[in-house]
Amino acid sequence: MATAASTLPASRPASGFMSWITTVDHKRIGILYLYTTFFFFIVGGLEALTVRAQLTWSNLKFIGPDVYNQVFTMHGTTMIFLFVIPILAGFGNYFVPLLIGARDMAFPKLNMLSFWLLLFGGLVLNSSFVLGGAPNAGWTSYAPLSTTVYSTGSAIDFWIFGLLLVGISSTIGAINFLVTILTMRCPGMKLTEMPMFVWSMMVTSAMVLFATPMITVALIVLFLDRNFGTLYFSVAGGGDPLIWQNLFWFYSHPAVYIMILPAMGIISEVLPVFSRKPLFGHQFIAWSSVFIAVLGFAVWAHHMFQVGSPLSVDSFFAAASMVIAVPTGIKIFNWISTLYQGAVKLTTPMLFAIGFISMFIIGGLSGVALAAVPVNWQTHDTYFVVAHIHYVLFGGSVFGIFSGLYYWAPKMFGRKLNERLGKWHFWIHTLGFNLAFFGMHMVGLLGMPRRIYTYASGQGWEVYNLISTIGAFTIALSVLLFMINWVVSMRSGEAGGNDPWGGATLEWSTSSPPPAHNFDIVPTVHGLNPLWAAGEHHAGEQPHA
Amino acid sequence: MNTRRTLFLAGLVLAAALVVAVMPALAQNGDDCPTCPVSFTGPSTLDPHSPTMIEINKLFDFILVMAGAVFVLVEGALILTVWRFRNRPAGEAVQIHGNTKLEIAWTAVPGVILAMLLGFTLRTMAVVRAPVSGDSIKVVVIGHQWWWEFQYPELGIITANQLLVPVGTPVEVELHSRDVQHGFWVPQLFGKMDAVPAHTNRMHFTVNSAGEYGGQCTQFCGEEHAQMRFSVVGVSAAEFQAWAANQQQPAPAPGGDAAARGQKAFMGGACVSCHTIGGTSAAGKIGPNLTHLASRNFIAGGVLYLTEDNLKLWIQNPQAIKAGALMPNLGLAPDTVSDIAAYLSTLK
Repeated sequence: MATAASTLPASRPASGFMSWITTVDHKRIGILYLYTTFFFFIVGGLEALTVRAQLTWSNLKFIGPDVYNQVFTMHGTTMIFLFVIPILAGFGNYFVPLLIGARDMAFPKLNMLSFWLLLFGGLVLNSSFVLGGAPNAGWTSYAPLSTTVYSTGSAIDFWIFGLLLVGISSTIGAINFLVTILTMRCPGMKLTEMPMFVWSMMVTSAMVLFATPMITVALIVLFLDRNFGTLYFSVAGGGDPLIWQNLFWFYSHPAVYIMILPAMGIISEVLPVFSRKPLFGHQFIAWSSVFIAVLGFAVWAHHMFQVGSPLSVDSFFAAASMVIAVPTGIKIFNWISTLYQGAVKLTTPMLFAIGFISMFIIGGLSGVALAAVPVNWQTHDTYFVVAHIHYVLFGGSVFGIFSGLYYWAPKMFGRKLNERLGKWHFWIHTLGFNLAFFGMHMVGLLGMPRRIYTYASGQGWEVYNLISTIGAFTIALSVLLFMINWVVSMRSGEAGGNDPWGGATLEWSTSSPPPAHNFDIVPTVHGLNPLWAAGEHHAGEQPHA
Repeated sequence: MNTRRTLFLAGLVLAAALVVAVMPALAQNGDDCPTCPVSFTGPSTLDPHSPTMIEINKLFDFILVMAGAVFVLVEGALILTVWRFRNRPAGEAVQIHGNTKLEIAWTAVPGVILAMLLGFTLRTMAVVRAPVSGDSIKVVVIGHQWWWEFQYPELGIITANQLLVPVGTPVEVELHSRDVQHGFWVPQLFGKMDAVPAHTNRMHFTVNSAGEYGGQCTQFCGEEHAQMRFSVVGVSAAEFQAWAANQQQPAPAPGGDAAARGQKAFMGGACVSCHTIGGTSAAGKIGPNLTHLASRNFIAGGVLYLTEDNLKLWIQNPQAIKAGALMPNLGLAPDTVSDIAAYLSTLK
């Protein structure tokens, strides 16, 4: 005797292992993203420590070139493709629907697919360590070094397959974000009045959508060269290795902005809340991101100033790269103006947000130096560049990620992270970061190339490297503190309630953690900072209307 | 939550990790190490020894001053703002949303600074890459995994590792690669340019003052990328003439029994399939030309200084010195190795 109810599909389990495996809830998928990518952060971090240990002093033999090249390749690949890019997508997963007052992402099952592709891409990549050796041609894997003539074995094929899966994950995610943001905003939320994190995810997703196919093509072509005898990069067969560089950087330079814009979005949420002021120049911050995104596709060859292009080509890319400093500057000035005349409360998320600005200024300035072609001829492929990328990607993106974790943990888990440990984390983190990376500017100018597994004594490089290594282990200590804080606070931390910070955006209007359907009643908003404008009661203090 | 205990434990972990990392460093003594890799004194971009590098350094100094000023102003503004407005009651936060005049100002001012920088950059590019006028010397530089080959086509000289040039004469470089990409760079003399397979890149430099200037490969090129050093040696015109005259001679006949035996072993063995020695039957093109090997200071991309003992170590087991080296371990008897090293040491 069939009833109507029995013909419905069995509901998904609500808790336990299977519930996480089968979930299509954007919040659970977001948490899966966060834990998975944080795991890869630890893996990539251990690889970084291995690199730093080997370089502590001249002529060390802690590991040989074979292992070193695998480890530094996997450090870069892991941190970029398995940590920074996807953890920001993880934040997007959890918070984009909440911030726009939606019940889920537009395509929950595609969302699920994005996550599992990411996880398996990461596992494929890392399984190479035990299946014949990890990729060892650098995260850039320039042809012809990455072709079968010079990279025998299957390590590079693992790299290609892993990144293809991650790239597909990223592309699917971008489509999902775009559709969600464009079509599922709650009543009253104009596109130009979205929270800045949502705006950033929209711009980033557009970049992912246009850029990622290029690396997908490059990876497939490399795979064909390696396994099916095509000759795209083979000199003997009339191919050209520079095709790889152009394809690779056409994706990988936009990827730099894919890694930074969402983090900029995070701190653009955090700064106003802890200044008790609206974001200064909201529209300028928003449109500067669009400007960066468009221009970001016209600067890729500034990674190739040393390949012997005509001066006219180098001049164009130098000019475009310098121009990008302008919208970046606009953001920094607007953030500082957001703090100005505010009621600045130095909570841990705020400290990380201010740390982001402070460190990113340094990375931005070294970036301008690198855009000056003749200076680039001197600093390219040296530790100066390593310093630069870490000031923007670690000083920028990773500080932003930690800001977001401290800021949103009480929403995701209902408990605040311990502020005292959080502040210790911040200060040790910042100290370690600067110890690890500031000296790299100097040692690069002193002529130390990157990606070398050892260096001779007597060139004046040892002291800088020793300090870098101490800094790297200091960062590790701070991350350890963070993990202790996380574990302890998730069990017995202070309950945060719905809105522990006095937030301005919709996620703070629902419970912590939010119910599966996010909002009992789909909210209607007017203008920026809907919760402040609505004059609702908050645990935090209310700014003037 | 016992914060102190946590911190203490974490500190212990850090200290232990540091000791592990630093101990081998302290145990190693870089000096007086005959089998350590070649080291160059101060291969620093901040110590230019060529006219073009001096130009680049002017640009760099300009950027350093501008960036320093911007850094102090912006970082200062950030820190002062945070300091001034920290811990104020929420009610005192001033609710402003923006200011268009300010937006225009902080768009325009950086724009002007960057336009100046771009102008300076373009000018410096033109100066550094300006065509050579007057006398010059042409060299062909070829990157190999993992050593540098230097050819002087006008003089009929082929050598490796050390590029001798006369001080004050422009050197026109044609860059090639035999395998993967390599990066050709001497920080004190010229900015880097890649040797790209299937491409011919050209650049030039002039050495201002006599001396040996260290360089190494900068484009990651595989396992032994780190051990791909070379140097440019600036000498007087007379010294260069004398050196070139010697290099143009065929290899000298071996003097002494050991060297004679060594030559026989070399010519009768696998060595000749990769190496050339002018005036002999050895005509391999894969490895470095050894005609005047003993006139160089170091071998194998700077992994060892050139001494007879080091030659023995190298020939006996190259991979023990340089794990990825492509020169095979021929499994020669130690006596044969000694003889060959003796022979090679006569190739002045």
